[in-house]
Amino acid sequence: MNSFSYIRAADPAEAVSQLAQQSNGKFVAGGTNLFDLMKENIEQPPYVIDINRLDLARIEPLPQGGLRLGALVTNADTAWNELVEQNYPLLSKAILAGASPQLRNMATNGGNPLQRTRCYYFYDHATPCNKREPGTGCSALNGFNRIHAILGTSEHCIATHPSDMCVALRALGARVNIKGVNGERTIDFADLHRLPGDAPHLDNNLEHGDLITSIDLPEKQFKTNVAYLKLRDRQSYAFALVSVAVALEMNGDQILEARVALGGVAHKPWRDEAAEEQLKGQPATADHFKAFADTVLSGAIGYGHNTFKIELAKRAIVRALTTAAAQSVEEPSSQPLV
Amino acid sequence: MKNSVQNLQLPESIPVSLNVNGQQHNLSLQPWVSLLDTLREHLHLTGTKKGCDHGQCGACTVLVDGKRINSCLTMAVMKEGSEIVTIEGIAHGDTLHPLQQAFIEHDAFQCGYCTPGQICSAIGLMNEGKANTLDDVKELMSGNICRCGAYTHINEAIMQVKEQEAEAAILLKNTEASGLHEVSERDETSVPGAPAREAELVTEAEGGASHE
Repeated sequence: MNSFSYIRAADPAEAVSQLAQQSNGKFVAGGTNLFDLMKENIEQPPYVIDINRLDLARIEPLPQGGLRLGALVTNADTAWNELVEQNYPLLSKAILAGASPQLRNMATNGGNPLQRTRCYYFYDHATPCNKREPGTGCSALNGFNRIHAILGTSEHCIATHPSDMCVALRALGARVNIKGVNGERTIDFADLHRLPGDAPHLDNNLEHGDLITSIDLPEKQFKTNVAYLKLRDRQSYAFALVSVAVALEMNGDQILEARVALGGVAHKPWRDEAAEEQLKGQPATADHFKAFADTVLSGAIGYGHNTFKIELAKRAIVRALTTAAAQSVEEPSSQPLV
Repeated sequence: MKNSVQNLQLPESIPVSLNVNGQQHNLSLQPWVSLLDTLREHLHLTGTKKGCDHGQCGACTVLVDGKRINSCLTMAVMKEGSEIVTIEGIAHGDTLHPLQQAFIEHDAFQCGYCTPGQICSAIGLMNEGKANTLDDVKELMSGNICRCGAYTHINEAIMQVKEQEAEAAILLKNTEASGLHEVSERDETSVPGAPAREAELVTEAEGGASHE
């Protein structure tokens, strides 16, 4: 690890101004990904600004409905928060499907979306990687790319975003509150992350000095007909090959609204709002789900080792939609823990 | 090398005060020193193990303010003022923590390298109170890898202590209902890092088991 200076910020304004003064500095909250990347010399910030003392560790209902998740609330405390469990069970399920209990006790709501890809080549200094060193090339394109992206890729990068929590936030239509050098602003969660294009070294649309202060969950809750399906190489404590977050609004067997977000398949949590329209007003049947899945994956590209993900994603979508549609108000407690 | 040796300037050490196993330590640490290395190299508490040093194996699990974390993935300076409990701090003199005793009874280890992390993680799991079934325990212990594959026995040990706790809770409830409050006299046996009430329950469970 390189040498660095450690600064403890007292409040958000001080944190933002401290980071703005240090062009390569980084905020640290849980540190589970940043500290690890620093050990690997992939991140080498000369300044690390500890934001853990900031007053951003609360979960509060919003006056207009909805729920504000403080940036410094841990993933574990968020997943097991009573209001989140009751009103946004999809988010609890997704968080509990990710990482380990120890990591969820450290990782924060503000940090989780900013974790970096787990692409093997990104971690391996001996190989070219456009995300780690822009302009050097992508080793995954023709390499061992079993865990890599099939949607929204570019010739420069096929890395995936590794978060489970973010897949649920994308489906729920969360919003991100940001404090930056030029004041405060709010963006849709959909606009937080970006596709790699020709600048894969940029994971998201934040600017240097930006601090995520909280994430707002919308008034619309999706309490019942939800499912988070995560498919991976072992049953627990592994990143998703494909994951699917589903939130449905139903009237009997009829779908009034469908939200479907995918993880493990793109540089950002993937959602196809246009395709979701085709489920509106339809009965919840496997045929409709299959047609929807075909539409969502119509632009998918396999790179050899990961080509199986196209069919896997389609089947996962159908299964998650089927599970979500079958949930009923009477038996929410019969659902497994994760 | 980006810096030649003569240009290399180390940042100042930072004062860090940590309460470890009930004892206050005032340290001066470089910011990159992990909590794990602080425990092992600075405080010579080598019970906490370095497995992968990347948060993938759980051997370094300790309790910080009652919650289990990977000590390898946190800088010690970030934990200024925290209460930390390691494997060295869970027994009471010669009386083992119920989980330590259960691990022995169930032969829940072979090489033992992962055991301190497994036990600290299991204490964290008890504190969380979310594991109700064997499947829950398996899922909520998945952050601790055992290369010897002692998982079956580890899970049995944890389930036994969970059941002891549940029985003790019923006993406590009955005791309270009958107006007896003997339990409160055992406060000196409370487990560091565990809520006081849970510690009472664990103690009561030991007592209950010994009568059988």
